[in-house]
Amino acid sequence: MRTRAVVAGLAVLAVVGLGACAPEDSSSGAATPSGADDCAKDKLAVKTAGTLTVGTDKPAYEPWFSGDDPSNGKGYESAVTYAVAKKLGFEQAEVKWQTVQFNTAFAPGPKAFDLDVNQVSISEDRRKAVDFSSGYYDVRQTVITTAGSKIANAKSVAELADAKLGAQVGTTSYTALRDQVKPKQTPAVFDTNDLAVQALKNKQIDGIVVDLPTAFYMTAAQLDNGKIVGQLPAGGQGEQFGFVLEKNSKLTGCVSQAVDALKADGTLANLQKQYLTQSGAPELS
Amino acid sequence: MSTWQPSELQRERIAYRRRQARRSTLIALVSSVVLLALVVVGIGSTPGWPRVRETFFDAQRGWEALPVVAQGLWLNIRVMLVCAVLIVVFGLTLAIMRTLRGPIFFPLRVFAAAYTDVFRGLPLLLVIFLLGFGVPALQLRGLPNQAVIWGGAALVLTYSSYVAEVFRAGIESVHPSQRAAARSLGLTYRQTLRFVVLPQAVRRVLPPLLNDFVSLQKDSGLIAVLGVIDAIRAAQLETAEDFNFTPYVVAGLLFVALTIPLTRLTDYVARKQGWYGGGGGPV
Repeated sequence: MRTRAVVAGLAVLAVVGLGACAPEDSSSGAATPSGADDCAKDKLAVKTAGTLTVGTDKPAYEPWFSGDDPSNGKGYESAVTYAVAKKLGFEQAEVKWQTVQFNTAFAPGPKAFDLDVNQVSISEDRRKAVDFSSGYYDVRQTVITTAGSKIANAKSVAELADAKLGAQVGTTSYTALRDQVKPKQTPAVFDTNDLAVQALKNKQIDGIVVDLPTAFYMTAAQLDNGKIVGQLPAGGQGEQFGFVLEKNSKLTGCVSQAVDALKADGTLANLQKQYLTQSGAPELS
Repeated sequence: MSTWQPSELQRERIAYRRRQARRSTLIALVSSVVLLALVVVGIGSTPGWPRVRETFFDAQRGWEALPVVAQGLWLNIRVMLVCAVLIVVFGLTLAIMRTLRGPIFFPLRVFAAAYTDVFRGLPLLLVIFLLGFGVPALQLRGLPNQAVIWGGAALVLTYSSYVAEVFRAGIESVHPSQRAAARSLGLTYRQTLRFVVLPQAVRRVLPPLLNDFVSLQKDSGLIAVLGVIDAIRAAQLETAEDFNFTPYVVAGLLFVALTIPLTRLTDYVARKQGWYGGGGGPV
């Protein structure tokens, strides 16, 4: 009996002890930088002193990245990331890239990266889980297909309602497909855009909804007879891609400042001209 | 004999046993409550708990997601039921092929063994891609194009090899004396298999068969890679809206709710058929 009591007592102590070992909450408020010197390189709360750790998914796609290598500074998102890093005072060699899956980037809890750049659309609901910087790209959703399919000559959104359309899971392309096209058939949902392209080639679906730059890449490089049907009408509020940061990260304000500065001085517009052409996509009525 | 009364000593024994039983129940109850309280307090007092609760256990969000996730689950259930029937048929056929006696059946035995080796080893996802994207890519006329059909076919091919091995284990666990007795009564090989060996074999492997069935239930979601929307995919779509993971938890609860009654049912059926494990009656 006595040994039992001792064991029970020890168990209680152990659990209480575990509770005592529970991690401390690092209290952090959303910092709004008051001046440029708050965003000086040595004051930034980065994970590893002296380096900026940036996450993105692998494979990293054109035209956002080039040659599946985010660290070469080519491709729109890679170029913007290095421009932002430069504004924050980091040299090209001080930016470290990390593979972070699209879906894990916004799981709750601490992050291993300072910021994540992965064509993540800013939304109020998502802000509950992570921080976003200001938007670095305004997105338009586009429908693509192959020549000769039943929607190849569609001129309006209404003509798409009977088609079997696909999109990547968890993207705003899917949301646009669901809410704007209102398809009569259940949409096909794929883990990656590559799988959607595969299904389109097999004629298992009639078309794919993707953002405009991806649409250009797919129809040019991934499909033999790809065709852009047209852009969906811009939604009520413009959709933007933003950098993802840990919830209440002290960096958010500084990154946003850098993005805003790049927007103001025309850098973003130039990079968009360089990597994301805007021609050859008609508007769907 | 109706005037019989248990002796003083026996009454004491009975009372003692009752006391002990009550005491055991009480101790079990108290220890369970204490442990549960400690777990709740331990987890609830961590600084991150409110965030975790909000992200994974948001009742309202779960309720909103339920219809969509349940609709996805309906696909899982349909795929699972159709596939399960085909898998049992194919698996049993393979197992019988592999246990046939006689040199003339050598090719069948080799085929069954090779099939099992290959499809047990191949990752299911690869088989799903091969059939789901590979076959439609052939652009053959007359073949169906639907992802569900080819995904289901991949499940049947892979799971038949698992189930074949389970059945084979059952068949080979039936004691040779059973076969000998059946044959000496004048039953043919086929009758022996049908009336003596298989009933015992199947009864013995019901629990592992159910394992494979439950596993199939979850793996049926893998065909979502071909574009169809199952429970987990539906949860993923919901989660993408606001990065709240509660829909996944809802999907998990639905899966568990399917599994538990099924397990109890098979246990009950096996008991009714007099199955107590390998050693005959209850000890």
